[in-house]
Amino acid sequence: MLIIEELKVEVGDKEILKNVNLHVPAGETHILFGPNGSGKTSLMMTIMGFSGYKVTRGKITFKGEDITYMPIHERAKLGIGVLFQRPPTINGLSTRRMVEICAGKKSVNIDELSKKLRFDEFLERDVNHNLSGGEIKRSELLQLSAQQPDLLLLDEPESGVDLESIALLGDSINTLLNRGIKRPALCHNSITSLTPKSALVITHTGHILDYITADKGQVLYKGQLRCSRNAREILKWIREYGYEDCVECVL
Amino acid sequence: MSKNELNLSEYSNLAEEHSYVESLESIHGSDAKEFIRVGIDTDNSSRSATFIQKDSSIIHCSKSLDGVEITGIAKALEQYSWLNDYLWKLIPHDKDEITRALNVKPDQGGYFIGIKKGVKAQKPLQTCLHIAKEKFSQKVHNIVVVEEDAELHIIAGCSTSDHLNSGLHIGVSEFYVKKGATLKYTMIHDWGENVYVRPKTAVHVEENGVFISNYISLKPVGSIVANPITTLEKGATARINSILVAGKGTYMDMGSIVQLNGAGARAEIISRAIVAGGTIISRGHLMGNEAGVKGHLECKGLILKDGLLHAIPELSGHTPGVEMSHEAAVGKIDKREIEYLMARGLDEQEAISTIVRGFLNVEIEGLPADLAARIDEAVKETEKDMM
Repeated sequence: MLIIEELKVEVGDKEILKNVNLHVPAGETHILFGPNGSGKTSLMMTIMGFSGYKVTRGKITFKGEDITYMPIHERAKLGIGVLFQRPPTINGLSTRRMVEICAGKKSVNIDELSKKLRFDEFLERDVNHNLSGGEIKRSELLQLSAQQPDLLLLDEPESGVDLESIALLGDSINTLLNRGIKRPALCHNSITSLTPKSALVITHTGHILDYITADKGQVLYKGQLRCSRNAREILKWIREYGYEDCVECVL
Repeated sequence: MSKNELNLSEYSNLAEEHSYVESLESIHGSDAKEFIRVGIDTDNSSRSATFIQKDSSIIHCSKSLDGVEITGIAKALEQYSWLNDYLWKLIPHDKDEITRALNVKPDQGGYFIGIKKGVKAQKPLQTCLHIAKEKFSQKVHNIVVVEEDAELHIIAGCSTSDHLNSGLHIGVSEFYVKKGATLKYTMIHDWGENVYVRPKTAVHVEENGVFISNYISLKPVGSIVANPITTLEKGATARINSILVAGKGTYMDMGSIVQLNGAGARAEIISRAIVAGGTIISRGHLMGNEAGVKGHLECKGLILKDGLLHAIPELSGHTPGVEMSHEAAVGKIDKREIEYLMARGLDEQEAISTIVRGFLNVEIEGLPADLAARIDEAVKETEKDMM
């Protein structure tokens, strides 16, 4: 689904990503660990094509297409979607209208979707205006549920979310990824027809791992991916020994 | 000559008479189109009264609600001697060359609108002042009296004929909002590239009265200078919103002055200005003259194409115990917002116009749905010219 080869990225004049190689196969969820400032968010912004992230070397391929220099909206149309950590407020644009924009030509039942995400009371509010941490995540998930991308980039989905809401959040992410959904017994056929989506998830605390299933974990350290193995195992190592010692193990 | 100056002698005082139209539905063709653009509904049943003046002729004046009075100003002054108590009382007749030009027997035009004590008009009343004759100087004197505890919404459209190249509109408007009364005044203006506009407006709001003003000008205007003055007594409220777009050739110097003269008076001035080649001087002045008053001024501007956007927010307090604040911002569209929308599938142009439309989307209370939809349509149309 997503292949990143020898990626080098500068922000301003500073080299943030030195040499990143990454492969997220179709249907897999990968977790990206790393200390603050290691370049996790920069990697996501680069995959989506945001300005200010200059690719100086390497290549990003999505669904077999070279997207390294593709405009943002074309990447979105091709099937990449981002859950932003701190999205901007857009004054005068209601969340309902924003969800319609995300849906594009697809028809979605916005009221039903937002009820499920407990976001219905905020639908008429301007996008991200005066929302709490958890409400912002639910707004982002609502938008992505309408957008239905094939690859989801989730930037710290659990940050600023209280414990009570994190279960709902995890559930919603699973639904969005077509993973671990409970379905009535009558719908056997539809279960097999739903192929899981791919995802790359940034997490600091690892809390989200209690709610979603990860196929693999990787550690981004000083601009390079240093470790690739079971996500829970990595989390254990980091908790026990810290990032520095954790990446030592592969050196 | 610079656009803030005006030469009155360039314009003519004479225009041919236009014939009276009995029924609004029978207005057709370009007139109807031009009226509709500024909020006039040709279906009488959705409005409580209608007044239309073309050049200097009143071509329609009717009402469907008892307790509402609507008449040409000249006729009203003949009919009601007490109206003299309201004439030139809020604005001195010798204030400047414009008031002096208007201080003749007011036979040129304008309206008197009155609503009786306690009458609450459910449907808005509509007025339209239209210029059709080239180089004509339209002079009006308007008086609105909202008696105690009454409520009225006036939709005031101003427009010019499509073929008109240049013209002048000068006017004096004196609004009286009595104790506990509410006046909403929504103005939609569509002037023209070489039309000069110099309105002088003053509003007096008595105890616990409410004055809400909405001003919308999206189309080109040669030059408009308007600084209405609102005076608030004890417990009175004013909310003044404006939405201004200045394309190439447009010069606007706009902004309200609100005097908070009694304890508990509240004022809010909100403006959204977009410069796309023209000039906007966006003013606002809150004057706190008595303890226990509150006011907020918000003036936000976007510059899409070279021009000038000059925000001049002013606050003046004359006594302890006044609370006033302002917020002014002039800038460009935030790149983060554009890219956020692009990440949801919009291309750059679509993202920019979505943000611009949002920027102009100021909550205007009590706007009839048809008018809200029409304004939204106009914003969309205007967007094309701005980009």
